[in-house]
Amino acid sequence: MYGYAGRILKVNLSRKTYKTEPLSEEFARKYVGGAGFGIKMLLDEQPPGIDPFDPENPLIFAVGPLAGTMAPTSGKYAAFAKSPESNFLGEGYSTGFFGPELKRAGYDILVIKGKSEKPIYLWIDDDSIQFMDARHIWGKTTWETETMIREELGDYYIRIATIGPAGEKLVRVASIINDHWRAVGRTGLGAVMGSKNLKAVAVRGSHDVEVADPDGLKEHCAELYEEMSKSPKTAKYRTLGTPANVIPLNEAAALPTRNYQSATFEGAELVSGEYLNEHFVVKIQGCEACPMRCEHIALIQEGPWKGTAARIPYEPLMAFGPYCGVDRLEGVIKAKELCDKYGVDAISTGIIIGFAMECFERGLIDEKDTGGLELRFGNYEAMVAMVEKIALRKDIGDVLAEGVKRASEKIGKGSEEFASHIKGVETTGYDLRGLKTCALGYAVSRRGADHQRHGSYGHDLSGKVDRFKVEKGRGRLVMEDEDVYCIFDALIICKFSRRLWDYERMARIYREVTGIPMTGKELRKVGERISNLGRLYNIREGLTRKDDHLPPRVMNLPIPSGVAKGSYVSQEELDFLLDDYYSTRGWTREGVPTIEKLKELGLEEYTYIVEPKLKREAEK
Amino acid sequence: MSKTGHLFVSADPEKCVGCRICEYICSFEHNGVFNPLRSRIRVVRIYPTINLAITCRLCEDAPCVKACPRDALTQSEENGAIIVDEDKCNGCGWCIEACDFGALTLDPDKKIVMVCDLCSHREDKKPQCVEWCPEEALSLTNRVILAQKARIDAVEKLFKAMLPE
Repeated sequence: MYGYAGRILKVNLSRKTYKTEPLSEEFARKYVGGAGFGIKMLLDEQPPGIDPFDPENPLIFAVGPLAGTMAPTSGKYAAFAKSPESNFLGEGYSTGFFGPELKRAGYDILVIKGKSEKPIYLWIDDDSIQFMDARHIWGKTTWETETMIREELGDYYIRIATIGPAGEKLVRVASIINDHWRAVGRTGLGAVMGSKNLKAVAVRGSHDVEVADPDGLKEHCAELYEEMSKSPKTAKYRTLGTPANVIPLNEAAALPTRNYQSATFEGAELVSGEYLNEHFVVKIQGCEACPMRCEHIALIQEGPWKGTAARIPYEPLMAFGPYCGVDRLEGVIKAKELCDKYGVDAISTGIIIGFAMECFERGLIDEKDTGGLELRFGNYEAMVAMVEKIALRKDIGDVLAEGVKRASEKIGKGSEEFASHIKGVETTGYDLRGLKTCALGYAVSRRGADHQRHGSYGHDLSGKVDRFKVEKGRGRLVMEDEDVYCIFDALIICKFSRRLWDYERMARIYREVTGIPMTGKELRKVGERISNLGRLYNIREGLTRKDDHLPPRVMNLPIPSGVAKGSYVSQEELDFLLDDYYSTRGWTREGVPTIEKLKELGLEEYTYIVEPKLKREAEK
Repeated sequence: MSKTGHLFVSADPEKCVGCRICEYICSFEHNGVFNPLRSRIRVVRIYPTINLAITCRLCEDAPCVKACPRDALTQSEENGAIIVDEDKCNGCGWCIEACDFGALTLDPDKKIVMVCDLCSHREDKKPQCVEWCPEEALSLTNRVILAQKARIDAVEKLFKAMLPE
């Protein structure tokens, strides 16, 4: 096979055994890679209905066909497991250098099951698989771990995906970190890794990656490199980076502020991309095989946190900035650094702290709970201290480490009404109240609150649709966004380059790399297949229509000021959007794919998941 | 040899972003496959912000040539590149130790030394890493030109400071 490594590695940590299986061309063509591989393997490897911390919950790593080639932005990998945040699909994507190394070691998919008795790390050196003692590394930060493993194994080019102390302590928003600060951030997969006593996966690969059409790929890459490094379509990522979003979102009253109390932030200028770049960014660097390079490194140059450096994209900036009422970028940078070192998702951690700040201001928690911290909006020092408390489960951090959904259930006293999550996963940086196409995308996203499964805010913010209205057709917009995003996540290529791609071009690069005669039309089908696969998984784990919900604030608290003043999403509107989306997808009113749909997509083997639901729905 | 000395591939640390595209194209150009271990230019990243691609600098009186106990290495009079005699080299690695930049590596299959050949097999003689670097961080240059550039930059900076607009 070209492009693909052609092998699946299955490891059992309980028995300390492993085996490899061939990856068939039929499987590769049907599911392409990344998201397709991961969700398919999770469906097939995980016993239905288990607890996410059950040793039988498989932790799956997958790369795409392009990883390890010069195809631009292909240096990515994905991870999957049942999420300890949502109890539904856990899924995250990271870049850096780890993914291509796994491909060169000879694997497209790595499935890790079982639980080691003692802390270990997995050492994958091409065909040699070793279970290494990690007792001396347990408790170390992700940065310390990376250094220690490289020194211990004696090769500075080894790539490592590791958890920090947070993953060890089963913090439900724990991340997996590779290459210093690239993260599989969302849905708490670091906690699944910790539950297996698996500190890290270290990889070294020496195999060649061969492609089917070297000349064709080279020519195509020449075009893509030129566009990615010079075109206005990627300029944002090369100049200010995603923090460029702050000002326009603030103007649009779509910037989640103070735990969703507001959609505008009076301190926006001070946390803008412009301010960040002028005062803090010292270097922009790139991931493997990326001619776009977007990694903006911010350095604190004076004060008590002098020397702190962190990678600052928009989402964590929003979470530790406006969402916590913080207008001091030093606080944002320090908080983000700690998230990467301790191994927690920076988005969720910021959202959780914003929630805790509101609890504090309302008197639902006090200084006894916070270990003396005056946890009010805007107190950036308390915010930074709270990151550590969550990651290490200290004081109220132990409760907050469960995520806003569980924390609000525990704190009670009405705090559920301002806990901002969907399916247990904390919201991200778009205020959904005045972005109604986007709100639908969030409500149905397979991994909970998420902008990365659809990107549907684009329609609302560009003015292509009336963002304050719901109407027929929004379902189609979201569906088409989701399906094409599935292909980005299957190939796996970076969505920052999305404006350069369509199905035809994606099929072209797939053919050049793999030699498999893929068409744009077939790839579109694969996208739909992966979307349905995610839905099937979630339905099997118990998802129903009521899980496609929006946070209470999005539905109960109109935006108080700004151009979107008064906007919110009513239950009636959400129902209208869901009906439109489900029917466009060919799903039932309860959001269940029909047998015909499964047949159309070649997913008949999962009839067992939908049959009882369809029967019950028919009886109603 | 040109009047200003042999040309070699040099990376500008301010422009290099550590993306490793040079490694990809180097292995692709020489072996038709992608594999950083086959690349004759390697990228070093030191967190948080240091990135630099390193390859052979075509030293005058090259220490790698002197270090070889089997006389397997010679330096081309034409372009200054280090030429490896594949029959003589046994992969002992003394040249690798002698190189201050880590510019020589072992071919993963043949287990003999490989080093930047300036893509001299190509008709156009253009090193492909320089051609493909999206940041234009790599250039084919020599010590005389580097010194000239540094000098001009320094003087420009000085006069800019003296004569503000």
